[in-house]
Order: sequence, then C-alpha cells, then structure tokens
Amino acid sequence: MKIAVYIQTNDNKISPMSLESLVAAQKIKKETNGQLHAIIFNKDLSNELSNYQCDSIMLIDDPNVTDYSPLHFIESFNKINNNIKPNLFVFGHSYETRDWVPRLSAKLDIPFLADCISLNFSDGFQIVRPIYQAKLNQEIKLTSEQSIVSFQAGSFNVEDIEKQDSNIETISVDFSSVSNCIRPGEKFQENAGGVDLTSADIIVSVGRGIAKEENIPMVEDLSKKLNAQIGSSRPIVDAGWLDHSRQIGSSGQTVSPKLYFSVGISGAIQHLVGMKGSKNIIAINKDPNAPIFEIADYAVIGDVLEIIPKLNENL
Amino acid sequence: MKICVLMKQVASEDSSLVINNDKSGVELNGLNLVTNEPDNYALEEALSIKEKTSGEVVICTLGPDSCQQVIKDSLAKGADKAIHITMDNSNELSPLNISKVIAENIKEENFDIILSGLQSNDYGYAQIGIILSELLGYSHASLVIGTEIINDTTLKVKRELENGWFQWSEIDLPTSLSIQSGINNPRYATLKGIMSVKNKPVEKLENKSNNLNNGYTLKDLYIPKKSKDVQIIEGSTDEIVNEIIDVLKNKIKVI
Repeated sequence: MKIAVYIQTNDNKISPMSLESLVAAQKIKKETNGQLHAIIFNKDLSNELSNYQCDSIMLIDDPNVTDYSPLHFIESFNKINNNIKPNLFVFGHSYETRDWVPRLSAKLDIPFLADCISLNFSDGFQIVRPIYQAKLNQEIKLTSEQSIVSFQAGSFNVEDIEKQDSNIETISVDFSSVSNCIRPGEKFQENAGGVDLTSADIIVSVGRGIAKEENIPMVEDLSKKLNAQIGSSRPIVDAGWLDHSRQIGSSGQTVSPKLYFSVGISGAIQHLVGMKGSKNIIAINKDPNAPIFEIADYAVIGDVLEIIPKLNENL
Repeated sequence: MKICVLMKQVASEDSSLVINNDKSGVELNGLNLVTNEPDNYALEEALSIKEKTSGEVVICTLGPDSCQQVIKDSLAKGADKAIHITMDNSNELSPLNISKVIAENIKEENFDIILSGLQSNDYGYAQIGIILSELLGYSHASLVIGTEIINDTTLKVKRELENGWFQWSEIDLPTSLSIQSGINNPRYATLKGIMSVKNKPVEKLENKSNNLNNGYTLKDLYIPKKSKDVQIIEGSTDEIVNEIIDVLKNKIKVI
C-alpha cells in the first residue's frame, strides 16, 4: 500500500497527534510491505521529521502554506496526489483536519473516514470508527483504490514510533489558480493565559463533585504537588470557576497525558471523548456507577472533599 | 440573502440503541427521533441573519418520511420553506455520497449561504457542509462561533481553533458554514409560528441517484467492550489516600 501521512505543525512544533498518525502509517507500511511518504509544510521541522522512518519526506516550503489556508493546503495535496497517487492518506483528527480534509475528499472524489480509533488487517484493511457518540463502533473495510482516514488523538502511542534517517524531497506547487475566497486572519486567544493541555504529562481535572468555587484551591494544591496542569469538565467552566482554556472534552481540548487524575467528574460522553486516550486514569467519585469508572484504571469510590485535603497533606 | 440550513433527524441522546439483525445500523422502532441538536444553532443563525438582511430561509433535510417532524419544527421557528429529499437508506451512504445527493437537488437554488450544524449526534461525520462547498464551488468555514455581514459579497466569521484559540476569517459569498454549538440561543416556536406551518411550502424531491458506491463496506457493528481492568479503591479516607499514593509512586511512577 502506498501511504501519505500529513504532519501538521503548530507554532513551529510538530503536532503530537500527527506523530501518532505517523505511527499508524508505519504500522500499515509494515503490514502491507508498502511505501510511506510524510508530507510537511515546515522546512525547519522537516529536519526533525527526518529522524523517523519513512520512504521519503515531501516538503512544501512555500509562504502560501506557512499558515493554515484551506484552499492552498488542498492544492498542495492535489499536487502530491498527481505525483504519487497514494492508496491511503492518513491524518490526525484535528480541528484543522476537520476544516479542509472533507473538501479534499470532494476535490479528489475519494472517501474520507474520519475520527477513527484503530485499524486492523483481519480482512483486508479495516478501520474502527465510533458512532452514536461512542456508544457503538463500526468496523469498516476499505475497498476503494484510494481512501482518506483520520485518527482520534490517543489512538496510537508516540512511543511506538520507528526511527531511521529519511530523505527530504522538496516539492514545488503552482498556487496561481487557487481562489482567494477564504482569507484567514490572525489567531487570537479570548482570555490571557490560555494553556495547551495537550502537551501536559499529568493533568488533574476537576468536575461538579468539587461542589463550590471555594474548593477549587485544594485541586490547585494537588496539581502543584504533582507538577500537573489543571483541567476541568464543562460545568466548571460554564460556572466561571475556571477559564475555558482548561476545558477538556468535545468542546474543549483532547488530551492523552501519562496520568489523568479526575476529581469529581461523572464522565459524560462529551468529556470522555476528550481524555479517554490517557495512559493512566485515576478517578474519584462518590457514585460507584459514574460512567468515568468505565474507562478508569483506578476507580476511587469516595468523597473528593475528604480525600483531596488528606492526600495533599501526605504528598 | 437566500440561506439554506441542512437539518437532520437523529435518535435522541437518551434513546437506548439496539443493533438490528443484519448489523447494518440500529433498530429504528422505539427510537425517539428528534432534530439533531447542533442543527438548531445553524437554524437560529440563519433566522438572525435573515432578520438583519432580509431574504429567505430554506431548510433542507435528507431522509425517510419520519423527517416531517424536523421540517414542521423548523418552519414553526421561522423558516420560510422546506426541501425534503426523500430517501430511506440515507444512513448507509458515505458523507461524500450524501453530499452529492444534496448538491444535485439544491444546486439550482443558488443559495448565498448554506449553514449546517457542527456534526450529527448519530454518525458524526462533520463533513457534509464542507464537501458541499467543493461540489458547488463555494467558500467554506467550519466551527463558526460568530458571523458578521460586511456587505452583499463578503462575510466575516469567527472560527474556534484548538486550545482556546480563535480566528476571524473573511470569506466571499456564496459560502457554506458549519456552526459550532453555543454560537447563539436557539428560539422556541411561538403559537403563531406553529399555526403558520400549514401555509408554508414543503417541496418533496425524490432522490434520483442510484448505485452510489461508498468505496468501503460495513463489516461489523458492536457495543465497545471495556478495554481496561479497573482496580477499585475504597475504604476509609486514610486507606484510600495511602492506596492512591502507592499507585502514584509504584504503579504509575509519577512521584
């Protein structure tokens, strides 16, 4: 199988989700004895990328694609497609991917299976994608000559990445025919002090079980003692107890830290989708039937208001 | 402005889902069918743009006859007209094919703006509005949480990016926008609105596209299995705290 994986970059860093996609692509290459090409739009980071095993790195180094611009990104991939006709395009399922890859799928007239969580080769090439808000899983066999897939954050482990020097090949693209009908402006943050929780190793996340705003400091204490970032579920942000940039879940950030320490979160599906890829999950909740316990590794049944202060004392 | 809103009927979030016999989808009998919640924000945005600029709001839905409730609710809230593309098995189509069916049926309407909800609560593709932009030659923007009309040919949209970042983009009409939940407060239907439904046109179009090949086949549908062994920690507060510290120190090794 000929595979093209897109390596997204943000703020001059390779997106961790893209490295997970590269892990997926390396697995597919191995299984199918295939060819793997990694596509990147950032010259500096292409050098970093060349430490990882792929058959070639295709670099498009052009001011038109330095910052996100959907129609220029699509034209770049149109060119890549004409050059190498991959059987499979692989993406991380980021907001950016959600914005331009459906349009790429229409432009190239090939199906896009988005938001997948795993792959297997039990009958040809198959992927698994959740539907009905992750209450059900579909197992789908790809039969098209060419397909596009994207994987949710946390579907693959970056530590599985295969290292080996790769060659960088620069591709030039003629953007003169690209329409100027979408003109992205400067990015900005609504509130000062927004945090990137996606790169945190440890997250202490707080939910409704904390009961009162006055109890937030005990969670802040715990996070300091663990060198962790604070996260939260939606109700805490809606109540104004923590900033929106702390929110984890479908309307906030998607994280997969080494430890997710959940404090008084019941675990609505909108929250779970944002953190279920965490390597270890400790969850404290009074209700033994709380859905968070379905995905927790350590289910602590008890009152956070008693446990957290005691825990802080002993850490 | 001539605005189209894509609306979908889905199972309500509290529906209990039973996988059907041939594992092609869920058993429809007994499902509580409602308007896909994110689509209500798209409809509200369309109605408020219309109030600012005048024009027409047309809702479009693809699906079986049961979708009539979605149509009635939308007309009662203030949409002027509905297009119902009737199709029984639309849930089996890929997003690309769904979009092709919709594009075929609405392209002659020459809408200035197409609005859609962020994603559907059933299949969750989050692709249709964006694919339509390519099929119809429109501009597009996704995850829109604010709109501002500049003039007859240009819009400004505020987009939600990851990690608390936002961006205003300028886009030319015609355009297709997918709307983020929370952009506005969707209105309720008034009694007057409900009374007006019977006088509003509903255009029924039969899907003419056949033999649409998805390029993939559904092999299995199942309830996800618990992938983890859970270790339960309970007891007195002291016992719990000691055990948590043991886990942090010796199992996860973060302290």
